[in-house]
Amino acid sequence: MSDATGSEGAAPDPARRRWMGVLARASAAEIAERLAALPPPPPHRRLRAPETGLVMARGRQGGDGAPFNLGEMTVTRCSVALPDGRIGHAYVAGRDRRQAELAALLDALLQDADRRPALLAAVIEPLAAAQAARAAQQAARAAATRVQFFTMATMR
Amino acid sequence: MAYVAVKGGERAIEAAHAWLARERRGDPGLPALTVGQIEQQLGLAVDRVMAEGACHDRGLAALAIKQARGDLIEAAFLLRAYRTTLPRFAASLPLDTGAMRIRRRISATYKDLPGGQVLGPTFDYTHRLLDFALAAEDEAPPPPPEASAEAERMPRVTGILAQEGLMQGEVAGEAEPPDLTREPLAFPAERPLRLQSLARGDEGFLLALGYSTQRGYGNAHPFVGEIRMGEVTVEIVPPELGFAIEIGEITVTECQMVNQFAGSKTEPPQFTRGYGLTFGHAERKAMAMALVDRALRARELGEEATAPAESEEFVLYHCDNVEATGFVEHLKLPHYVDFQSELEKIRQLRATALREAAE
Repeated sequence: MSDATGSEGAAPDPARRRWMGVLARASAAEIAERLAALPPPPPHRRLRAPETGLVMARGRQGGDGAPFNLGEMTVTRCSVALPDGRIGHAYVAGRDRRQAELAALLDALLQDADRRPALLAAVIEPLAAAQAARAAQQAARAAATRVQFFTMATMR
Repeated sequence: MAYVAVKGGERAIEAAHAWLARERRGDPGLPALTVGQIEQQLGLAVDRVMAEGACHDRGLAALAIKQARGDLIEAAFLLRAYRTTLPRFAASLPLDTGAMRIRRRISATYKDLPGGQVLGPTFDYTHRLLDFALAAEDEAPPPPPEASAEAERMPRVTGILAQEGLMQGEVAGEAEPPDLTREPLAFPAERPLRLQSLARGDEGFLLALGYSTQRGYGNAHPFVGEIRMGEVTVEIVPPELGFAIEIGEITVTECQMVNQFAGSKTEPPQFTRGYGLTFGHAERKAMAMALVDRALRARELGEEATAPAESEEFVLYHCDNVEATGFVEHLKLPHYVDFQSELEKIRQLRATALREAAE
């Protein structure tokens, strides 16, 4: 089984890492809605049809020690090819095959420098903004429950 | 003891299952529960099934709860069975709970700590009075208040203690951890294996064992250094890419239990930690897991291990409720041949005993 040391292989491309992360957090409907605002993408070929499997999620003992296996989670992956030969991959948490295929398609399209600006502006940035807004609302709700405990003088 | 295969009963079994389906549905005059409703409105049951089913998928856990008529152990069993049908793609990079997007974070050891105490959506400080308003048609409660959130770091309490040298450090290293789903339990079980077993262990069993350590069956003097709950990012390194990508976020609960340690020949007195980590919002489970994790460290810390919670064979062999229910419930299966031999034996013994008494 694949290990997860991350030391081998290609250097990460920060821009690609970012769009893949944004697409992994977006629903199929959200992605499709954004994509619909653009001219239709070229037909893609499935190299690996959407397939649901598991990823073993790991934690660290004590939070910062050696890894242990916490439990598995469902993940769906897909790989597609464009007519120009570009290949897109997706691994997204959950079982949404359509999300995985759309994410793989966008990963392929976004690798084309000519298409990238429009796709970032119309799809990735709005999705990222919506995700940031959800996170900010969560943080604001948490902040409203921040307390100060006062220790009574009589307590030890 | 063993049970034997029997034939027949097909029609009765069919009828029983048809009746079960009807009982599961309940009064057809009432609307059916949707899986989405269970996922949204019975979220803590979903979290528990994911933890004990050892498979994070809210929709599947909700479906399992519906199918199991709310029997959460049966639901965990269904989830475990389903996961065996799926291939394993990868293992994640270890979750960074230090970078959690915090919804709740409390400490019982420090009143004022960097990042502060954040209650989050908690039952704590509720009055535990039944709310009859919920029995009526309920309306959506108003949105909760919001306050400006400073982007303050929330360092771990264990890290604060470690800075002073008062907290025993964790064993570092990136060794491939053992995996219960691939290799059966073996003893002595190292801590990563124990933590995996506890993470999927039964909440009730671990709660009782944790409680026993507080009541004197074990040498525990625990403090909740910190409980935190929120979202963490999951990353994997797909072989076709060769670099780490984010595949989504999951909610987890983490508990750091701070315990005294008298020290040893090689180490001065210091605090040690018990650690709990679970899928979802599962605070009681994370706390119980942390208590039992610390109790199970007795041997490696050179402490006397005499209490049930300190026996790794006892704890790890019995904490899995799917295994436990399988072995307990198999007693319902036909044991007719076994029991026949038991009957003959007891008749013989009785006859002998009665004859001897008469002589």
